[in-house]
Amino acid sequence: MSILIDEQTRVIVQGITGRDGSFHAESMREYGTKVVGGVTPGKGGRTVGAIPVFNTVHDAVAKTGAQCSVVFVPAAFAPDAIREAADSGIRLVVCITEGIPVLRMVDLYHELKDKNVRLIGPNCPGIISPGKCKVGIMPGQIHKPGAVGVISRSGTLTYEVVYDLTERNLGQSTCIGIGGDPIVGTGYVDLLEMFEKDEQTDAIVLIGEIGGEAEEEAASFIKTSVRKKIVAFISGRTAPPGKQMGHAGAIISGGKGGAEAKVEALRDAGVVVVERPDQIPDAL
Amino acid sequence: MLEQYGIAVPKGELARTAEQAAKAAGGLGGGAVIKAQVLTGGRGKAGAIRVVSSQEEAESAAKQILAMSVKGFSVEQVLVTERLDIKAEYYAAITVDRRAKAVILIISAAGGMDIEEIAEEKPEKIRRFPMHSVAEPDNTEGLEQWLSESFADQMLLNQALRITQNMDRLFRDKDCSLVEINPLAVTAQGQVVAADAKIVFDDNALPQHPDLAGFGNAEEYTCDELEARDAGLSFVSLSGEIGCMVNGAGLAMATMDCIELAGGRAANFLDVGGSSNPQKVLGAMRILLRNEQLKVILVNIFGGITRCDDVAQGILWARDQLGITLPVVIRLIGTNGKKGRDMLGKAGLTATRRMSDAIDEAVACAGGGSR
Repeated sequence: MSILIDEQTRVIVQGITGRDGSFHAESMREYGTKVVGGVTPGKGGRTVGAIPVFNTVHDAVAKTGAQCSVVFVPAAFAPDAIREAADSGIRLVVCITEGIPVLRMVDLYHELKDKNVRLIGPNCPGIISPGKCKVGIMPGQIHKPGAVGVISRSGTLTYEVVYDLTERNLGQSTCIGIGGDPIVGTGYVDLLEMFEKDEQTDAIVLIGEIGGEAEEEAASFIKTSVRKKIVAFISGRTAPPGKQMGHAGAIISGGKGGAEAKVEALRDAGVVVVERPDQIPDAL
Repeated sequence: MLEQYGIAVPKGELARTAEQAAKAAGGLGGGAVIKAQVLTGGRGKAGAIRVVSSQEEAESAAKQILAMSVKGFSVEQVLVTERLDIKAEYYAAITVDRRAKAVILIISAAGGMDIEEIAEEKPEKIRRFPMHSVAEPDNTEGLEQWLSESFADQMLLNQALRITQNMDRLFRDKDCSLVEINPLAVTAQGQVVAADAKIVFDDNALPQHPDLAGFGNAEEYTCDELEARDAGLSFVSLSGEIGCMVNGAGLAMATMDCIELAGGRAANFLDVGGSSNPQKVLGAMRILLRNEQLKVILVNIFGGITRCDDVAQGILWARDQLGITLPVVIRLIGTNGKKGRDMLGKAGLTATRRMSDAIDEAVACAGGGSR
């Protein structure tokens, strides 16, 4: 088993007629993902490649039985796209879109809490269960099926780590980019819990970065509730305070969010924290 | 902006020269507070806020402050405000609590310059209240209780409550990430006044708020940072000699970290972003090359959405158009990696596939290296 997505997952693409949406819909399909439809309001009835386009998520779900949606809709409209998916029976929404204002996410986070839906992202590369299903924008070919679960706040840094893992013959069960924004739908804790229960997963790689206290929260959960081996890397040890480092969430402010505290908390929870990403395979 | 939201602020005006400051102080009757206008905190401790009691004093204080820099920000202007007869100083701020995923009000009866120390040493003196969370929209009881205990007088209490409500409205309306009033002063005349404040807007929401464009302050950024911003790149100036061009923020930070571990120092953080555009690479190279301290350029690309052949094209254009004399160390892998490396190879440039090899080579070129 993998977590969140597998060969059965039926996926729709919101914003499928856009540049990124159409490109990645095709790329996901080539990887083997069951991309069963797309949604762009006003463009229902068309197709993108062989994928049928619907006007609403409701129509797409009714016609295709999709449970999962991946959102490529521009930032100004993405929160409504996520709401629409949640209200149409989608169980898992993966939001790739970058640049959603943090207050929109605060509201959305609490709205979704009461609904039977999980949001991954925004501002994330998505999820892949190698060999089974890819819902996102990561290069599929660097992955390999196996027993390592990967959770990360980053995109390309995750590719870097996965590439090293695959080269050393350490395949992956599922890799999830949770997103680089201050507020994301799903944090480390829920995913650690899923990996802990997942039979395919033997060990977990956690890739964190400066900003916020998500890694500290993860550490306290790990201490009480995770038995599997965890190796972590925290990016941004040399970042200056007060400057936003690309990701909206990657900022050391008011003395909080520095790398040292995160490393210390994780080590205290028994996690092996490495200094360089290329040390992860050996540490596993 | 605070005034627009019904929050009282001291009378005052901005001055760029000591003479202007003296004139402004004269307009306030001589007694005034001269405050450095820089986009950072800790001004009081740096001596960049001075209380004066005459126009002459105002002139000499402004002269000194205008010659200062605070935490690396040079003081270009001062704010000359009326002297308030302050009886008590509170602290109030609205921000997003990332852990609770909620908008919260942070408030303390111990406001002023030492709020950071109080937060460290006596955290119980600082209270946090959720502001209309979706879960409990009307739960302001805790805050009202605290305010009624902290402001003895009904008049002050009413003002304080209104200020917190107005701060919240401002925070929401303008998509802020911070509205901080410190000190929130109670004057001898029985007024609650925002004696000083700091407001941070959410960059992601700026397109929805064209009215905020005028608040943009170029002095916050280095020239290179501004140029990078216009070019759609995410860039932060640092102090080392190794110029970095990386795709993705996490990988860009990890590259800086690994450079330091290898004994070198990064000159910058630069995320060329996920798009695949040789022009962007060329623009990034142009910005990097403006830094005269640079000894080497390190390009570290893991192609995903970014295609390595596009990056290679940008590097080749840069070499032809910008006359690069510095060594350029290139790591190129991922989508169309082989194609990109072949393009560079044909043009006489080499590209490695391993990040650690590229970093070691760049550090060696910069004359450092301990590993």
